[in-house]
Amino acid sequence: MKRRLTVSLTLVALIGALSLVFSPLLPPAYAQTNRATATNVPVIPHEAVPFFKNTPGIYTGENMGIATNSKGNVYIYHRANETRLFEYSPQGVFTREFGRNIYGFAFAHGVRVDAQDNVWAVDEGTDMIIKFSPEGKVLMVLGRRNDPVEQLSNMPGSSAFHGRNSRNRFGRQTDVAFDQQGNIFVSDGYFDARVVKFDKNGRFLKAVGTRGNGHLQFSTPHSIAADWQGNVYVGDRGNGRVVVLDNDLDWKANYTNVGAPWAVCVSGGPVKTSAKQYLYSSNSWSDSAPAEPMAWTGEVYKMELDGTIVGRFGKAGKAPGEFATIHAMDCRDPNVIYTAEINNWRSQKILLKPQAATASRN
Amino acid sequence: MTYELRAFATVIALALCASVGAQTSVPEIPFDVDADVLKTTLDVYVGEIGGVGRNSRGQIFVYTRTGHPYGTLGDNRTFLRNGSKLFQFDQGGRFVRELGQQTYGFNAAYGLRVDPQDNVWTIDEAANQVVKFDAQGNIALVLGRKPEAISVRPREPGAGGGGGGGGAANRPPGSGVPGSSFNHPADVAWDKAGNIYVADGTGTNNRVAKYAPDGSFIRHWGQTGAEDGQFNGVKSVAVDAQGNVYAADIGNKRIQVFDADGNFKYKFAGVGTPQTLCLTTGATQYLYIAHSGDPEGMDDATIYKTKLDGTVVGKFGSAGKLPGQFSLVNSIDCRSENDLLVGEMANWRVQKLTLKQR
Repeated sequence: MKRRLTVSLTLVALIGALSLVFSPLLPPAYAQTNRATATNVPVIPHEAVPFFKNTPGIYTGENMGIATNSKGNVYIYHRANETRLFEYSPQGVFTREFGRNIYGFAFAHGVRVDAQDNVWAVDEGTDMIIKFSPEGKVLMVLGRRNDPVEQLSNMPGSSAFHGRNSRNRFGRQTDVAFDQQGNIFVSDGYFDARVVKFDKNGRFLKAVGTRGNGHLQFSTPHSIAADWQGNVYVGDRGNGRVVVLDNDLDWKANYTNVGAPWAVCVSGGPVKTSAKQYLYSSNSWSDSAPAEPMAWTGEVYKMELDGTIVGRFGKAGKAPGEFATIHAMDCRDPNVIYTAEINNWRSQKILLKPQAATASRN
Repeated sequence: MTYELRAFATVIALALCASVGAQTSVPEIPFDVDADVLKTTLDVYVGEIGGVGRNSRGQIFVYTRTGHPYGTLGDNRTFLRNGSKLFQFDQGGRFVRELGQQTYGFNAAYGLRVDPQDNVWTIDEAANQVVKFDAQGNIALVLGRKPEAISVRPREPGAGGGGGGGGAANRPPGSGVPGSSFNHPADVAWDKAGNIYVADGTGTNNRVAKYAPDGSFIRHWGQTGAEDGQFNGVKSVAVDAQGNVYAADIGNKRIQVFDADGNFKYKFAGVGTPQTLCLTTGATQYLYIAHSGDPEGMDDATIYKTKLDGTVVGKFGSAGKLPGQFSLVNSIDCRSENDLLVGEMANWRVQKLTLKQR
């Protein structure tokens, strides 16, 4: 009798908790972090230029990653029926595909190009990062796909946050970056909550971070970029901040006024020059395209590396030049921004005209 | 002398012994490496190397995990498809063709061996099958049966399991069902008469099963445990010219040796955590034994060369991703004693190692 009572009470509690989770009265999660607090930010005029041309039979799905190489080729890593990695010419014409039917492609999340024009695909479905040569040959893989046989026993449903923090494996990692020595930095991820540093040969060096919103904690580290000094910029999306780490992954700063950084990008490309570098961060419109936050999401911030805001551009929407959930950006040229967007299954080439920036109410 | 101090001194002494032992016992075998053996076009990618092997003409066969295992939706049961492919390369490593396209049981590649007649044998741990392809690529023999469906919901009480299993109530754990009901089989080998030996395996079975050349069951031996003749994961099997059977007992970190009827003869350790074996074919036979000491094979890995009695001749390679380093070696081809093909799971590659005489 007593046991039955306990069971029923537990059930009532469970149902109560579930109804709380699904209650429409509660503010949705995006309300907490997806609102930038910066004010009086100048607006940088921008325009989208027609660019990407797919040949017949070639379609992209959700565009999750985008990157250029030194020759101007553009790579888009996207979720079509299969996850695929497309290469486009500097004129935006589809040229070829890397990794068709490869073991490490299940659910695209990011792509980056390193100083040697190698192409790094970050797949959060297989917990793997694949380094392709400029010719599309696999040069190195990081992480390991969960053994499909072991996975059978985990079904049904998706596996949960595990925080495994295994040195050489990931938990739905999100992005990759490189410093001038070729060290590899990985934001990891949805299940783990850390930043991992490997040497150029894939040897684990260090990891920092746990799940949370405190000092050196992360809530979905979603995007990562490095500057030429070796500092690392982590888009700590769930906490609505860019976390800056030095090359040893020691904490340097939090930039908390630019909304939720879905995508971060440091300009100038992977090879150091005398140019000035900028940090871009996208406070992206939520991926379910809700109507309410359209007014206060969707913009991209341009910052000095120290976090000083230079300006912003764009807003949420599906028209050309608007942004339908930016998931990644390429900013090799600080005035030519490529955006990969989830919601319109597209990428855009955006030209900025910073000299015409005007002060504007945020 | 206090107890603590004495204990400390003992630890120091032990550590000294250990380091001296490590320095003197196992010589390093120098080698040249080609880490870029397999060459494909952009529509063919190899993934985790379940197995690699050469035939008598030097052609290379690779059974690899590529693409994705699929479960079908919308049925009253869920069926497993895809996940692995069998590729043929020429002597120079250039892709020639795929074999076994869309066949029934290519789901989780776990091994590949080429027999003396140039038949290519694949071992699949999800389909629980060992499949023999003749030199023309036709299927010549199928051992084991793929489970009809995969379980995607918690098993209801009393519901039966599919495929393999640990055996009936009266049998010791891991001893398996007489026949070819495999549970995550891992490897295959043959004796001079063409009898077939299957390492079964890495699931609930812990046995070596022997079949006649036509596939009919002869006998099996082993059960779960750490005693002589028992296994904690039978990961690899090899048969020498005298018909002795070598089984890599991964969980017990040892190699066990049996006669052709499964009678225990001897065992040896000191070769790390054995992932796979390869037995050379020359007048004096040697064993290559791949060791991976951690789950990702990124901290502790090497390949040992031993005599048949377990005496370690030398070792080569270390853990990592550079050429000459290994991350989860699951397959070695040693048709030529000093010219090896080494396939890795975690690094998705086949390396060619040319061992040099010291």
